[in-house]
Amino acid sequence: MERKYLAYFSILAVGVIFIMRLFYLQVIDDTYRASPLNNAAVKIKYDYPQRGYVYDRNGVLLVANQPTYDIMVIPKDVKEIDTTEFCNLLQITKDDYVKNLKRTTNYSPRIPSVFLAQVSKEDYAYLQEKMHHYKGFYIQKRSLREYPIKSAPNVLGYIGEANEDFLKKNPYYQLGEYMGVSGVEKQYEEILRGFKGVKFIQKDRFNKDIGPYKGGIYDTLAIVGKDLTLTLDIALQQYGEKLMRNKRGGIVAIEPSSGEILTLVSTPSYDPNMMVGRKRSKNSVILMGDTINRPTYDRGLQAQYPPGSPFKIINALIGLQEDVITTETPFYCYGGYKYGRSINNFMACHCGVHGSPIRLNRGIYKSCNAYFANVYRRIIEKSETTATGTDNWMQHAKSFGLGNFLGYDLPIGRKGLIPDSNFYNRYYPKGSWRAPTIISNAIGQGEVLTTPIQLANMTAAIANRGFYYTPHILKKVDNKPIEIDEFTEPKNTTIDKKHFEPVIEGMFNVVENPGGTARWSRVKDIEICGKTGTAENFVSYKGIKEQLTDHSVFIAFAPKDNPKIAIAVFVENGYWGSRWAGPIATLMIEKYLTGTTTRPWEEKRMFEGSLEDEYQHNIAVQKGLREEYLRLQEQEKRTKELMALQVEKTQK
Amino acid sequence: MRKRKSNIFAGIDPVLVLLFLALIFFGWVNIYAASITEGGTEIFDFSTLHGKQLQWIALSGVLILITISLDSKFYENFSGIIYIIALIALAGLFLFGNNINGATSWYNFGFSSIQPSEFAKAATALALANFLSTPTNDLKNFNTQLRAFIIVLLPTILIVLQPDAGSALIYLSLVFVLYREGLPAYYIGIGLLAILLFVLTLALGLKVSLIIVLTLITGFFLYLARTNNANLRRDWLKFLGTYLAIGLFIFSVNYVFNNVFEQRHRDRFAIVLGKTSDTQGIGYNTNQSMITIGSGGWTGKGFLEGDRTQGNFVPEQPTDYIFSTVGEEWGFLGSTAIILIFVAFIIRIIQLAERQKSDFSRIFGYATATIFFFHFMINIGMVIGLIPTIGIPLPFFSYGGSSLWGFTLLLFIFIRLDADRTYVW
Repeated sequence: MERKYLAYFSILAVGVIFIMRLFYLQVIDDTYRASPLNNAAVKIKYDYPQRGYVYDRNGVLLVANQPTYDIMVIPKDVKEIDTTEFCNLLQITKDDYVKNLKRTTNYSPRIPSVFLAQVSKEDYAYLQEKMHHYKGFYIQKRSLREYPIKSAPNVLGYIGEANEDFLKKNPYYQLGEYMGVSGVEKQYEEILRGFKGVKFIQKDRFNKDIGPYKGGIYDTLAIVGKDLTLTLDIALQQYGEKLMRNKRGGIVAIEPSSGEILTLVSTPSYDPNMMVGRKRSKNSVILMGDTINRPTYDRGLQAQYPPGSPFKIINALIGLQEDVITTETPFYCYGGYKYGRSINNFMACHCGVHGSPIRLNRGIYKSCNAYFANVYRRIIEKSETTATGTDNWMQHAKSFGLGNFLGYDLPIGRKGLIPDSNFYNRYYPKGSWRAPTIISNAIGQGEVLTTPIQLANMTAAIANRGFYYTPHILKKVDNKPIEIDEFTEPKNTTIDKKHFEPVIEGMFNVVENPGGTARWSRVKDIEICGKTGTAENFVSYKGIKEQLTDHSVFIAFAPKDNPKIAIAVFVENGYWGSRWAGPIATLMIEKYLTGTTTRPWEEKRMFEGSLEDEYQHNIAVQKGLREEYLRLQEQEKRTKELMALQVEKTQK
Repeated sequence: MRKRKSNIFAGIDPVLVLLFLALIFFGWVNIYAASITEGGTEIFDFSTLHGKQLQWIALSGVLILITISLDSKFYENFSGIIYIIALIALAGLFLFGNNINGATSWYNFGFSSIQPSEFAKAATALALANFLSTPTNDLKNFNTQLRAFIIVLLPTILIVLQPDAGSALIYLSLVFVLYREGLPAYYIGIGLLAILLFVLTLALGLKVSLIIVLTLITGFFLYLARTNNANLRRDWLKFLGTYLAIGLFIFSVNYVFNNVFEQRHRDRFAIVLGKTSDTQGIGYNTNQSMITIGSGGWTGKGFLEGDRTQGNFVPEQPTDYIFSTVGEEWGFLGSTAIILIFVAFIIRIIQLAERQKSDFSRIFGYATATIFFFHFMINIGMVIGLIPTIGIPLPFFSYGGSSLWGFTLLLFIFIRLDADRTYVW
């Protein structure tokens, strides 16, 4: 046996194994190809450009940047330091110190990470002198948002750290980077943020920079974010927020001739500065967690309500267009409208005493339910079947931007609802529904749902006599007016221009006529056309329904000719249209057109008026419903037990 | 003994010397690449690692001259004394040694440090060769086996105590020389079996490995009985003994690993066995080294273009992890070339050893080949992530004067012996 061959064999075997292993590492496995992005020895340093500023339509600064300072740490460089002194300096406890150091060390001992975020400017000046005593710690400057005017948080939005889901879809962002989370900050993120520059830096294993990678040939320069000018009139916005104090609801004002959103109020509101910096996470928990007031819920864009009487305007226009009525068609009002044989099939009127028969103009300014029930019935019954009649009506209504997303440039919204025949077929199979079944739509109750911005847009379409521009919030980018076809091309409604004048005359009388529903909101020297609304609403809990105080609705535009502003106001549980929404809408119009008010008493009443009691009542009702539900459950249980007992007895 | 020629270079094997020079050259080039990251690109800047290594290389020229000018009989006759001096030097470390990185392996002479374990390799090889070449000693004989093991184990124990487990492993590898010289095969067999069981136990855990191994043994016994090579009734004591021995061994491996080993040792094994992949802490070096080698691709990034080498990413790169520089800057082709040079180098030593007439020269040649082979296998195996982290240098590549001189001494004593093969027997 030749033992020497074992030696040759071992050496050759090891050589072959090594070469195979190298072949795998260097040729087959392509985890580590020579690219700067794929190379841990190259640090990517981002050069974050300044985020763009945001201004209102008159050039008032709404969103700016403020510098902030993070205390950074490289855990492995931390030497023996006087922790007591250090903690006092940073105003943290020793526990915090230990906890933070542990957290950062766990993340990485070599890579710098944030030890303490967002030290104030004042502290920074002081800390900077002392920081060099503490090896391993240093201060890094960052930029935060700042809102000089504490208003319109729902429009402006805020920025926050990009979350992991988002990162997966957007390779631009790295963990911990900021991006717009809501509002304009989110909608126009790419314009505002600019484009970060990338520097590839050769580093050693201690993460120490030793110069640009390959002389910087892969580096790119940062592109500064652009400034935005919004269509918002911040003075009007703030005025609206003040008028809506202690009331829940929304105000949306639009310039009809352009579709520019002048005001987008949602109350209860909050200070946008709450969503900045270190306090953001805490505050967002508070705001999101407030399920009663829901301050982060945009009632101008997201709240779907039955529109109530303002929707009668649409039915009047459709009636004229479909030729089922003329302005002089008379209808009789018997204090309501009886649409069936049963005593319950009666839609009551609140229009009080007025002469009968009633025609279009008075129908509108008196908001006569009976009148519009008749009109609606004629519209639906004009077609051969109820279904085609409903679909035809639906087409007209939708042409006002109702029942679907409007296409405005804010990231949230609701579709609202304009029901069609399919919708009713689902509820009433075999086509067993007729015009009386859906008669509530005549007065904007029933199944119709709209958001305040849809109502405002509808008002703008009426003001324009038949067309509207998609509402939008962006006016200029870097002071250059935007050119977006979506916002500059008029959208026509299906109603001919000639039908608008008589309807608008009716709306004018709502305010101007001594018998109009909003006569108390009349403003001297301004020709306001409006329509009050009182929307019923219900709360339900597991099938138990209870009616709450009606919502107060008002739509208006002014002046009558050449309208400058179209507005929709919605006040939750505000009793009826002319009680809260009417005054608020007309005060807004006055403020916008003249800059002042001729009705300081009305203004004062709005500023100070509160519906807090109503909202407390709602909570009580909801609680009551829950209790009622439990009581019914209990009762049902007991009944069952009794019945079981009885069955037992009879069996015996 | 005949008087040899006056020319000290006569009879020297040119192939081996050329391979040696190639290794020295490529070694230094890569040390240069790995050390200019600290600043100083001047070749003769003696404050840098590559500058210092150049000094060591120049001085090893002197060492070579001295080594080959001595008579080959000198090494044979003085091997016992050299061995004792080496042992004293190793033992003296416990009194006068310098502790660097947790191991007392160095004498500090002010201008430089010397690591005696590097030189003691040659001394141990000489003593072993001398002992085994004595005609009265026969490795079939237990007494000879015992004494041969003692020669190997004395320096091993001294080095384990420093502690420098890596170097100690190299000394243990000399057991393979004993095998070549007639040590019964079952020593090696049992040794390999022990290693196999060790790895198996760690990889699969106590229960699974017990089941697997005992099943295999039972199968083997049944096979033996079937082929009438054994009789279950007659040999039951042997079978039982084997079961007990292997079972006990697996239990003790488990015990030693969990209770005697330190955490760092356990971690190293765990990484190679794929049980954990901590790339930031304990697995950092190996992971960085593999990434660095992998990033080289087919042809590498080019001399001084390896950004991970230049970024100083691999710890200990000029010393234990020097091969990662080769991998990154010279790619698959370059690293393969270096591996082939090493393989050729070691095979050449064995070829030369086989042609010796003198037992002493042959055994010493085998010892030399074994030492180089184990350094080569363990170092590169570690750098490319095939075996656990064991810190020993790659001959002629790793930065360090002691190891360079130790290897040079070892190689050129053998070259001297080989050059004199026609005179010495």
